[in-house]
Amino acid sequence: MVVDQLSDHEVDRLFHALADATRRDIVRRVMRTESSISELARSYPISMTAVQKHVIVLCEAGLIHKFKQGREQRVVGRVDAVQRAQQFLDSYEQIWRDRLDRMGDLLGEPTPGGKT
Amino acid sequence: MTVTNVLKDPANCSMTISAEFDAPLERVWQLWADPRQLERWWGPPTYPATFTQHELTVGALVSYFMTGPEGDQPKGLWRVLEVEAPTLLVVEDLFADESGAPMEGMPATIMRVELSARESGGTAVAIRSTFPSIEAMDQLVAMGMDEGMLEAMGQMDAILLG
Repeated sequence: MVVDQLSDHEVDRLFHALADATRRDIVRRVMRTESSISELARSYPISMTAVQKHVIVLCEAGLIHKFKQGREQRVVGRVDAVQRAQQFLDSYEQIWRDRLDRMGDLLGEPTPGGKT
Repeated sequence: MTVTNVLKDPANCSMTISAEFDAPLERVWQLWADPRQLERWWGPPTYPATFTQHELTVGALVSYFMTGPEGDQPKGLWRVLEVEAPTLLVVEDLFADESGAPMEGMPATIMRVELSARESGGTAVAIRSTFPSIEAMDQLVAMGMDEGMLEAMGQMDAILLG
């Protein structure tokens, strides 16, 4: 994950999510293999509700992804996916920079530096 | 035109790019409201866009096609979700099939454009693009959207170097 490209708010969310030992352990586990929430609950000396709360925090930080399979709630690590999304947005940024350059040209306002 | 900020939020699949123009608000709004001006910037030089239907009212469909170097003509559609001329435009940008109807199973992008007059004159623009999921972004990359971008960037470099 490219932390320096995240907003302050996202970095806060990320560090908050990783500030708890159980949550860090959940991320490590589901990065290797996806797991159901009940399987996770069995691995820790905490309630199912507590596990679900950790899962929500991790989902909001974008570290894991929660999905339904039959009647089971499953979670899987998402760090690679977030990295791919970052790469995609880097390319997408260029599309809009080019569009804005063309808008500037139309308005007779070339981009500073002469790149058109 | 100056790009003032780019905010990328990969976990929430969105990007906001902000820019400032010297031109007044109404003039910048025309870049979206007038299809003849819109088609001069929407597509890259290698894939110019042609808008065949264009009406910025809530619920309206805006239709366009792009023309590629091989003569290929991919079609697109905007479904207009919100309009408050000359300051707000929200559309869902969709892929269209040969007949111009929305293509099933293809990712839609929500594009939110906000314009505001700057105190010092000129216009501030913020454009937020939101994708439905990381999987949808993967799909766009797989379809060659990324490759098209890289190609366009390659040509730009060639022009700059030449």
